[in-house]
Amino acid sequence: MRIADRKCKIAGSGGGAGLSWRVVTSSEQRLAEIRGGLPPRRHNARTIAALTGNPGCRRRAILDGAGVDKPALAERIGFPAGFGQSRFAITRGNVFEAQVKADGGAELLRLVAERLGVPVPTVASWTDLGDGDEVAGREQRSAALLTAAVTPDASEPAALFDHPLLGLDVAGRRVHLEPDLVAARLGGRFHVVEIKSFPVVDGQADPAKLAAAAVQSAVYVLALRELLAARGLDPQLVSHEVVLVCPRDFTNQPVAHLLDVRKQVLVVRRQLERMDQLDELLAAAPADFTADPAAATATLVAGLSQVPARYAPDCLASCELAYFCRHEARGQTGTLGRPVREALGGIDSVAEVLALAAGEPVADPQREEAAGLLRTAARLRADAIGTPV
Amino acid sequence: MSTLRALAAAQAVAAGVAQPVATVRHLHLSRRPLVLVPLAMAGEANAPLAAMVGAASGEARLLIVPQPRNRDQRFAFVAELAASVLPYVAAHRGANEAVSVDRGRDVRYRYLDAPQVLVPNPAGVTFLRLLGRATRFRRTDGEYPVPASVPLLGRWLTFFAERAEHPGSATLVAMTQALSLHWATGQSAVEDLHLPALLGWIAPPAGLTGAEAAARAEDPMRCPPAGPATDPGFDNERLAPAIEAYAAAESDTVARAAAYAELEKLLRDQLTPTWELMWRAVGLLRALPAGARVAGRWDGDRDAFTAHAEHVDADGAPQPRRDGAVAAAARLHRLERAAALYAVQRAYDDPLVMAEYRLTGEAFVGEVLLADPARVDDSGRRPVLRPRIQLVTTDPMLVPVGATLSSPVRPGQKARVIYVTPAADGKTEVVLELSGGMGRGLTATPGSVPEVGERLCYTTLSEAYVPSGTFPAVEETPWTHGGPPAASPPADVPAASGGKPAGDAPEADEGWV
Repeated sequence: MRIADRKCKIAGSGGGAGLSWRVVTSSEQRLAEIRGGLPPRRHNARTIAALTGNPGCRRRAILDGAGVDKPALAERIGFPAGFGQSRFAITRGNVFEAQVKADGGAELLRLVAERLGVPVPTVASWTDLGDGDEVAGREQRSAALLTAAVTPDASEPAALFDHPLLGLDVAGRRVHLEPDLVAARLGGRFHVVEIKSFPVVDGQADPAKLAAAAVQSAVYVLALRELLAARGLDPQLVSHEVVLVCPRDFTNQPVAHLLDVRKQVLVVRRQLERMDQLDELLAAAPADFTADPAAATATLVAGLSQVPARYAPDCLASCELAYFCRHEARGQTGTLGRPVREALGGIDSVAEVLALAAGEPVADPQREEAAGLLRTAARLRADAIGTPV
Repeated sequence: MSTLRALAAAQAVAAGVAQPVATVRHLHLSRRPLVLVPLAMAGEANAPLAAMVGAASGEARLLIVPQPRNRDQRFAFVAELAASVLPYVAAHRGANEAVSVDRGRDVRYRYLDAPQVLVPNPAGVTFLRLLGRATRFRRTDGEYPVPASVPLLGRWLTFFAERAEHPGSATLVAMTQALSLHWATGQSAVEDLHLPALLGWIAPPAGLTGAEAAARAEDPMRCPPAGPATDPGFDNERLAPAIEAYAAAESDTVARAAAYAELEKLLRDQLTPTWELMWRAVGLLRALPAGARVAGRWDGDRDAFTAHAEHVDADGAPQPRRDGAVAAAARLHRLERAAALYAVQRAYDDPLVMAEYRLTGEAFVGEVLLADPARVDDSGRRPVLRPRIQLVTTDPMLVPVGATLSSPVRPGQKARVIYVTPAADGKTEVVLELSGGMGRGLTATPGSVPEVGERLCYTTLSEAYVPSGTFPAVEETPWTHGGPPAASPPADVPAASGGKPAGDAPEADEGWV
């Protein structure tokens, strides 16, 4: 709860935070320069979740922190990313969510209560927080109603909040998040309810989609806990168990499952704490670094190469700049995947691996063991391709 | 990831083309494999959109679902698919052969050939598994009847998908995995799942490096994904309008036929490149000579095929949704045994695979310096033939004294390590005592004992038969595994989970709707 406490203090003390305010402003300015004239791209639970994939990448930390339009940037430097969602998938997702939430969420309430093992309440309030354009107002309204749902009176009926707007500080900026549903006062706690349209067949779902949903839900849990902590309430009132509602088997019938996201909450929180050090990352970046898509291509490429990335093949699935980074990292063993890099003794450069394997003298005494292994491997490989066992 | 394979990947980067990691083919290839390239509708629960299927490059059959959300059309598609797959399966139920079992006391029969289905990637295997799950419990009567071929296809697809989990089986093969077994590319394992990119590395078009060919293959406009997922751009810009046009045509037969033709053309264009790549990949694999133990593993596939065909003939139940505790444990045991044996067999068949074990000290290759083929050990109750040989090797030698080794060229002969002596120049001298595989009596049959000058591989890997574990009967399931199932219905036995039976819903409302 360290982070929550700190947030609580800043929120509570106001005037005492003058120094950090100035730091934040200068960083803000710097980030705006990096971003160019465009409004910042908003983080959402999915992009925050993606941060946990490759925490060591400075380039990503700075670009995401600045809210740079990475798809446009990637396109500009000649490495467009093929990210997109099929409209069939979007339609299906929306239809399923609407179906699950129909009738004031009666069916949803039953599913969630049954899965939590509590009696299905006969009455429950349903509050639609999804309307309204003005973000700050929506967040305030959501925060007020959600915190008001904390009552010591156990006889109060359960409350369902549709699309509440939560806030989370990411790299010093307020980010807005919209969980599908928050259930209050079921089993005495808040539960994040996530509605996904991928099927659960015989109790099993696609592992990759499930993992993504878990991380995304963990971001909501974190945001909700911070909201409570900021109001002086016990953050543990938000359950670490998230209710995932998916279609069962090949039908449209919803089925609820519980996901324990404790681990994901820890990971996401650690990443967010790291992101708070964006100032330090900025200090290490060149003063004229910009990712403004309006800048000249050569300037952009030169600038990006000054901010180190840590490319891994997993980036291809989660970062729009991955194809550029991959191109930049060609000739590095890391592009072949971490297991390959490790099997090659952790040596970064393919050329060095091959030189050592060919028996060239070892400059770094720490590489002696890896070099020995590579030499033997090269000999055995040549031997096996040439002669039968 | 072995260092040897990682080195091959590094060499592929430098050479600009994939490098071999096998010298023989470790996979049976049917004379007429059934290539099946499925496409799924995005967002839906495994809803088929199209498929290209056929047992020869020129026999492609395109099946499409003009409105994938329409339940009747989905089952019509499955019935059409069944009309392609089931006759292919049936064609392998011709002649059979007798196999002796139980040490010759009994005999059983197995078909001389078995079906082999090739899909582009592991996601294709998952698609078929789920398609099998969606169809095998369908009823041919009742509220939503389907043709009898639909549940039958479901059972065969489930059979194929279960064989695909079995290490060393070639009944249902994901092409990317088959290729990766034989070549290392200069890209990561994630990128190797993309069949066009993988083939770009293995056989780049003239004038391009593997990396360039792979990069080109990543453009969905130039090279559609190998399915089952379609490219979102294609979905949004091409497919969605075409499906809408088909739906809008309604009863206007002329417009409808035109819209259908347009959809067919779109999907054919998406599938044909993958179809051609699949047959190119078949050609690449066929060019490799088959490993010595490949046929033996295919026997296992033929056994499984025969058993399942007989089970279906005998009106046996479809495969359950979930295995019970005992069946699950037995299956796991079977898979583990198969995995271990498959690893050993590949090493025995292929010096390049064996080299991985030489690198880790589990095998070595040496030259015979001395041989005493007539040595008799008479210290026991009766004298036995125990020839000794001395080898010298340059491989890293980590095998301890007393270990029992065997050699791929003499798998029936055991070799015990007697002495290990380091010699000059990093070489090691090893003395082995041989037993078995030399005939009866105190004189070795000619050729059964290695001779001076022979180069041999010895390894701790053993092909020797390991008896399988025993498992309790279903009604004796131990309490640690949930105890005996309360009531055991003969047909699909859904495992109870969370106090609520998993398959409690009636069949009729659980199909695609």
